[in-house]
Formats: sequence, structure tokens, C-alpha cells
Amino acid sequence: MISNYGYEDGSGFYYITIDSDICTCCQDRGCVTACPQGVYVLEVDDYDELVAVVAESRRKRLRELCSPCKGQNGGGGTERHLPCTDACPGGAIRHSW
Amino acid sequence: MTDTREYWRWSERTWHAPDLDWRQAGAVTVGVDVGSVSSQAVILADGRLLAFHSTRTGSSSPDSALRALKGASEPLGLALDDISYAVGTGYGRVNVPFAQRTITEIACHARGANYMAGPSVRTILDMGGQDCKVIRCDERGKVLNFIMNDKCAAGTGRGMEVIADVLSVPIEEIGPRSFEVDEEPPPVSNVCTVFAKSEATSLLRAGWSVNRVLAAYCAAMAQRVAGLIERLGVEREFFITGGIGKNIGVTRRIERLIGVESVRLPADSVLDPQIAGALGAALFAHSLYKKALQEKAGVQEAGSRSGVAGA
Repeated sequence: MISNYGYEDGSGFYYITIDSDICTCCQDRGCVTACPQGVYVLEVDDYDELVAVVAESRRKRLRELCSPCKGQNGGGGTERHLPCTDACPGGAIRHSW
Repeated sequence: MTDTREYWRWSERTWHAPDLDWRQAGAVTVGVDVGSVSSQAVILADGRLLAFHSTRTGSSSPDSALRALKGASEPLGLALDDISYAVGTGYGRVNVPFAQRTITEIACHARGANYMAGPSVRTILDMGGQDCKVIRCDERGKVLNFIMNDKCAAGTGRGMEVIADVLSVPIEEIGPRSFEVDEEPPPVSNVCTVFAKSEATSLLRAGWSVNRVLAAYCAAMAQRVAGLIERLGVEREFFITGGIGKNIGVTRRIERLIGVESVRLPADSVLDPQIAGALGAALFAHSLYKKALQEKAGVQEAGSRSGVAGA
């Protein structure tokens, strides 16, 4: 299942997208430790599979929590070197910025 | 004399399998869907449909869940203790007091639709009481992607209830009556539930017939939902769940707009699109119960093996 976690700031709408079908194939779950802001946690989904999700306590703070990484990344382009996407070899985590 | 009829009130429904005895079943599993407008309970006996009940959601979610369950279980002499596993879903899922697990209504509607309309269903439109979702799923009824309407009850079941009351038309007659017009009117400009009353009254004052207003309202609702469907894309087969799924005034117009016909349940089917969420929850409950039994058996087997090894 594709889950979108979004926020809006002065420059537009942004989303972190997690594809749980790809996420379940991952053994490392490196995203949980890679994110400097602790945005990701592992949770059992509706299908009893352990998948990465954006932590409930972080969902309304994505604008502030993700902005340092978004800034380093230049806010766009195809070369994305974000700690979370780098730690996700299958490409389950994507960003709209 | 004041008209005291409640035109918005849809018929609550109960069904029991005539040839199934839950006392002979190894597992009785329950799914309860507490929605913002209606609550449903579905009971399965060994994975086969035993009973369901659909009722209006009251001010308390736990009471509504219990009322829905009792409506289905009491005529069968089935008590809470006889239930092997229960899953809660819907807007009030966290308030189902007897549920061992909660699962989102998105996953439950997909699974329920897969059971009702078959494994070829890939796109589901769930038209609920206060929201509307388009769900894409695979052949097992597993959700692949979904999209929801924005934070507004416009073009949902509650909006239809308001229109029924404003126009004094029983809610179940809205669909057929919306086609009793000479030509299709333009959709109303605003499907907002709050402004529905003033918009409908102004159209009547402008000389529109009641049926024409109904047609314009159904068309506007269909247009709004069709936009949502197109954002996610339609893949055949297409199935509509939720209470509005029974309103042909909206469903036929949606089909016309997106150019895809929805799967129709056979005329003699006892299934109701409104119970899809609860049915999906009951199917999840059945799988989870079987899984729990297998895990328990595995633990016991491992325990007895280590006991033998220890001896």
C-alpha cells in the first residue's frame, strides 16, 4: 500500500511516500536509524506485516523536522541524497521535494 | 399540520443465513464497522456468512458497535463469549469494546469488495456517510493505493440525507426519481451539505420540479466523485461500496462520467454494498484467528519437542 504523509509550507505541498509492499522486502530497516529527526518507526500494518511508517508524534511536524535535510538537498532535482532515501535500497521511501 | 416524517431515514437491515448453525462451527468471527452515519456488524461461521445487521450510528461509538452486533447476534442466540475473534473498523474503530484488533476501513472495504464482487475487482469506490475514498487493490483484495476526498462532507451520504429532508423525498426514492426528468439538468453549483438546503430551496423557487433538483444534486455529487476517481485512475473491474452505492441516481451518473460500468451484484444476492467494510473486517478476523491458532499450535509443538529433548 502506498501511504502519503504530507505537509504544506510557503513554497507548496510536499509528501513523503512509503510503499509498504516494497518496504516489507527490506531486511535492514535502516531508515529508522538513518533519519536524524527520528521521523520513521516500524509498525505492524493491516496485513500483519512490519513496515516503516512516519511516527504518529511526527506527522504534524514534518515541515519543521524535514526542512534541514530538504535544505541540504537543494529542494529538488534528481540527485537526492537524503539520509532516509539513501538508507532505503528498495526505493520504498520517496519524497516529492 | 407539521410534516413529522423522517425522509432521511434509510431502512436498517438484518439478515441471517437460514441453513447455517453457528453451534456447529469451529470459529465464529465478527467484523464491526462503526461509520460516521451507519454501523454494521457481520458474523462469519468458519468463514461463511452467517448474519449481518446495519443500523444508524448514535452519539456513542461503543453503544453503536454493540447495537450493530446485537442486531445480528441476538436472533441467533449468540452471546459475546461465543465470539472467537472480532475486528473493529471505520471511523469509530478504536471504540469497539469487544474487538481484539482494529484495521482501517480502507483495507476492510477492499477485502469486503473482493469477497462480494470477486477477485477481478481492482478499483473500489467507497461512498460513505461523511467521506469518500477510491481504493486500488490486487486480486487478493490487498490495498495498493488509495485517495480520499478533502475534509468536507459534500457529496457524501449525509449530504443526501439533508437533501431528502429538504425536498421531502424518502431517501431510498431519490435515485429512481432523479431519472424521472425530461432532460438531464446541469449539476447544482454547490454540493456543500451546509448550503444544500438554501440551494435546493432557491431552485424550487425558480420553478424547478423536485425531480429535477434531485437530478441536479445527484449529478453534482457524481461529478465531484468522478474527479476523485480520475485522479487515481480506473482499472477494471470497478465496484462501489457504502450506502450511496445503493443510490442509482449517483452510481449510474458516475459510470456515465468515467465511462466504466460498475460490477452489479446478482439480483438474488443477499449482500449489501453498505456492509462491505464490516464484511472485510470479519474476513480479517477469520484470518487472524486462524493465524493465532497456528501460532499457538506451533508454540505447543516447540514446547513439547524441547520437553522431549530435555528428558
